[in-house]
Amino acid sequence: MGKKQLRRVDLIFANDDDYLQILKKSLDIPTEEIINEMINSGLKGRGGAGFPTGLKWKLTGESKGKQKYIICNADEGEPGTFKDREILTQVPYKVLTGMAVAAKVAGATKGYIYLRGEYRFLVPLLNKEIEKFHVLCKDAGLDFKVEIFLGSGAYICGEESALMESMEGKRGEPRNKPPYPTEVGYMGKPTVINNVETLAHTFTILKYGAKKFRDLGVQDSRGSKLFSVSGDTPIPGIYELELGMTVQDFVDDFSDGDCKAVQVGGASGFLVPRKRFAETNIGYQGKLTGISLPTGGSMMLFNSSRSMFNVLDNYLDFFQEESCGQCTPCRVGCQQLVKGIEAVKRGDKPASYLDKLLKLTDTMKYTAKCGLGQSVANSFQSIVENFREEMIY
Amino acid sequence: MTEVQTLVKELADKHGRKRENLMPILQGIIEKDRFISEYAMKEIARELDISTAEVFGTATFYSFLDTEVRGKYVIRVCKTITCAMKGKNQILLALEDSLKIKVGDTTPDKKFTILETNCLGWCHKAPAMLINDDVYTELTPEMVRQIIEEYRKREELPE
Repeated sequence: MGKKQLRRVDLIFANDDDYLQILKKSLDIPTEEIINEMINSGLKGRGGAGFPTGLKWKLTGESKGKQKYIICNADEGEPGTFKDREILTQVPYKVLTGMAVAAKVAGATKGYIYLRGEYRFLVPLLNKEIEKFHVLCKDAGLDFKVEIFLGSGAYICGEESALMESMEGKRGEPRNKPPYPTEVGYMGKPTVINNVETLAHTFTILKYGAKKFRDLGVQDSRGSKLFSVSGDTPIPGIYELELGMTVQDFVDDFSDGDCKAVQVGGASGFLVPRKRFAETNIGYQGKLTGISLPTGGSMMLFNSSRSMFNVLDNYLDFFQEESCGQCTPCRVGCQQLVKGIEAVKRGDKPASYLDKLLKLTDTMKYTAKCGLGQSVANSFQSIVENFREEMIY
Repeated sequence: MTEVQTLVKELADKHGRKRENLMPILQGIIEKDRFISEYAMKEIARELDISTAEVFGTATFYSFLDTEVRGKYVIRVCKTITCAMKGKNQILLALEDSLKIKVGDTTPDKKFTILETNCLGWCHKAPAMLINDDVYTELTPEMVRQIIEEYRKREELPE
């Protein structure tokens, strides 16, 4: 089989100057039709969790309540992810259009962009765009206002319920789910919360129709996706690629020729070692063969000069600091993992101690309250199991 | 009224006095003073009519809401994986050398603070740092020295 060329797509960053027409046209389409179009497109949340976007809009629309909210999650904090900043810089109007249409579908009049504090420099640019957008909404007969809410440097606030707590002026501590935001969201009201990229994709669907989007990708993974590529690669940057590639396809295009492992999905994702490149797919849920990894699009390449111990130590240090601390499995678990691998590396603990730590990550997977604590196991297990020799003294 | 009381009142007038206005108020204090003192937290609690513990709880949760004295320019060097791989330590050494302080410290003239922070979202242009809200990427030790020199010059100019 010849080398597969990754299909580059140019939809998200294409400058569509017909934005006003798309907005007006979309607002004229009956709500049900829009929902069907979104569901048919197969679009799933691009923040990493992969919930079907159309369904989220529909559920929020069906929830009882007069006051509803639309939130754009721009708290992009996953290590190795930087695509949302670029979308907000280059095509913010696509995100705003998506929010407006979501507002119409869900019956909301108020929207927020929760922007991470690290991107505060974007505020003037975004506010200018929002001002223009408000005029267009008024012209189109839609009562909808968007405001920026700034974060202040907390990774966990990218978790949707923690984000809402933060907006309510509280510590960014995730809530128990259910209830989901579609029923009980910001200020206890039904809320649509979508990732920046997801909203930008809705623009593509509104403009070209569900079919064009659905024709891209494979099976459960439809459409294109932005990938943030960094690490040991000669061409770091942001790439829009069709879903349905293997890690090998990706490495063929992006590696420096000496790729030892790829971290898919950031620190909370999985490390794929060279021997698994060919059998690992990037996308959502099941494929017929092989493993399929969901991702928010963070792809970090490591070449053979890198110590996987240092990589894991760096991730764990990150989680230890960013754990919100409210649940014990995550708070204490992260601390013990850092201490544990460092003790093994120093030789203060036997190599068999790694197995105890692996068990601990299993416990965290089942008992931690939110995705942060649950997903520490992903990188820990995939690194320790594949590079055990690098972890021990 | 003290300066802090005036600032808190101004911010509350601007953003509102409900619990959901707390973050923008805390951020407003940071923008002006670069840190939130215990006194400021108490004043905010009074102004919003909520418990001081609630204000402390929120303020201390967020890494950008500093509750210790910081310099006029807060430098945050990204220490997450890609920046670490691409020479973050050399950037820190250059900063420590230029400013004659260690990570976590503030210069005696209260102009600069060096901190480390988690992923800034510039992994493709690592290593990266923030000085207040301004982003600097693809750094080298030489660039860092120049940047600090520029900030120093800016400080010497009469306001």
